[in-house]
Amino acid sequence: MMRGEYVIRRLIQVVPALLGVTLIVFSMLHLIPGDPVTALVGEHATDETIARVRASLGLDKPLWLQYLYYLRSLLLLDLGESHRFGSPVVSLIGPRLLVSIAVALYTVALTTIISVPLGVFAALRQNTWFDHLVRSALVVTMVMPTFWVGIMLILLLSIRLGLFPVSGYGSGLGGHLRHLFLPALTLSLGLAPILIRALRASMLQVLGEEFVKTARAKGLSEAQVIRSHVLRNALIPWVTLLGVHTGFLMGGTVITEKVFALPGAGALLIDSVAARDYPVVQALTLVFAGLVIVVNLLTDLVYAFLDPRVRF
Amino acid sequence: MATAQTRTILTPALTRQPARIRWWEQALHNRNLLLGTSVLALILVFALFAPWLSPYDPYAIDYARALQPPSFRHLFGTDLYGRDIFTRVLYGGRIDLQVGLISVIAPFVVGTLLGALAAYFGDRWDSLIMRIVDIVQAFPFIILVIAIVAILGPGLRNMYLAVALVAWVVYARLVRGEILIEKQKEYILAAKALGNSDARIILRHLMPNVILPSIVFATSDIALYILLAAALSFLGLGVKPPVPEWGAMITEGQPFMTTAWWISTLPGLAIVLTGIALSLIGDGLADLFRVR
Repeated sequence: MMRGEYVIRRLIQVVPALLGVTLIVFSMLHLIPGDPVTALVGEHATDETIARVRASLGLDKPLWLQYLYYLRSLLLLDLGESHRFGSPVVSLIGPRLLVSIAVALYTVALTTIISVPLGVFAALRQNTWFDHLVRSALVVTMVMPTFWVGIMLILLLSIRLGLFPVSGYGSGLGGHLRHLFLPALTLSLGLAPILIRALRASMLQVLGEEFVKTARAKGLSEAQVIRSHVLRNALIPWVTLLGVHTGFLMGGTVITEKVFALPGAGALLIDSVAARDYPVVQALTLVFAGLVIVVNLLTDLVYAFLDPRVRF
Repeated sequence: MATAQTRTILTPALTRQPARIRWWEQALHNRNLLLGTSVLALILVFALFAPWLSPYDPYAIDYARALQPPSFRHLFGTDLYGRDIFTRVLYGGRIDLQVGLISVIAPFVVGTLLGALAAYFGDRWDSLIMRIVDIVQAFPFIILVIAIVAILGPGLRNMYLAVALVAWVVYARLVRGEILIEKQKEYILAAKALGNSDARIILRHLMPNVILPSIVFATSDIALYILLAAALSFLGLGVKPPVPEWGAMITEGQPFMTTAWWISTLPGLAIVLTGIALSLIGDGLADLFRVR
């Protein structure tokens, strides 16, 4: 199969996944106890608003037609109206989503900085004290509750040592980087152990391959062998695993944003749950799932281009 | 003739083989399993015997003793209401371990059954169940749980329901993969030829041979649900105060980080210790039964 054909086939696979996700999010509204319109517009809405929303959703129509109406409004980027803020959901979540994505990207950067050297050195020094130390640390960090890690980091690095701000988003690039460091580190400490474990395992596997022996036999220095032959191959599953954990990352932002009082989409989700602002809850659930699907798609495509062994 | 020869060649070798080491003998030599089980047993003993191990009531408010740092009298200090944190951590063990254990049951049962149906009957069953699995897995786990709890309302019972609706997919995938391999084996073909019903083949013949990886996974999964319950308490969607759940206790201490670090820190350590114990048991079981 040609590369272009693979890309098209993979893109087509996204459609049923997206439709399935919209179906689940659509059904959520009908599972809310009571009248879905009241749930959507809030208890204090006027009769006129209730009638308007009921008509626009076609709630007197059969369910399948309602679903089609819902899909149509999604295509028109109409995610409904927040009854807490009285504004369109799209304009509400747009800027907040940027904060969440910034936290996620910062986390990916920090996770890379932490996990690649530790994974590589643990594998190169297999069964030494360093390897044992890293592996023991992984067991501990993997089971630490994210919000507790956040609180502990604030306690140690912000309150005791005064190195970072306690909360907030900051202004300007430098301000954002400083304010988002602890949230990103909190999430990294949860994500890095999984990736260090995987990188260590794939490094050990690649180190035993014939082509590594050949590279050494050719007289290449150990550093060259590791850099050009081992690491290049060992990092491919690492990239895939990072993609697979986008869901974990997105879920994690919800918690860190609450701990560090960040104006992100995750914090908005929790506040909206508390305020029973269902259109926002529905829209954010959909957006987070959509992001995961898109990142998984990109990961698959990058993987196919990176690994020469993948045949289309 | 060939069979008789084979028998004479094999018999001496078989008789010389050492006696088969039983699994529990191997378990006694598995360091991870032993350490994990011992720590978990200790936590269980502390939780079960809490009333005898501490003179305090986990709910008793005593403002005169509020925000006291750890001391001989109050090992983990006291909280805003003067409640003894060590006592609350002990009682919290009852709640958190119970939550972890109950949470894992429904996804385990539902996922195992649906995964078995998908793999055993194949075709339309497989397509339908696995498409649902794909769609559920597209959602970030905690966000879908939060969304479902948002609809059903906060609280532990709704968390169990949300977890059941979301987490079964992992077990379905695990069991499906195992049964796809196992159902091709001769003993299953023989069981079919003998006219056994599908239900009997799945439950009596396949399950005992494919369930082990799921059980090993479930052990580590208990730790995940303890973390989830704690996170939901933090987000205001789980256990409500004054119940001494570890996550809720961490949350209660957050506003006092600058003045009373012990309120949040020590219940967090209880979660970490329980999580380590469960992970070690999971790793140990995986080694013991050679599960991938």
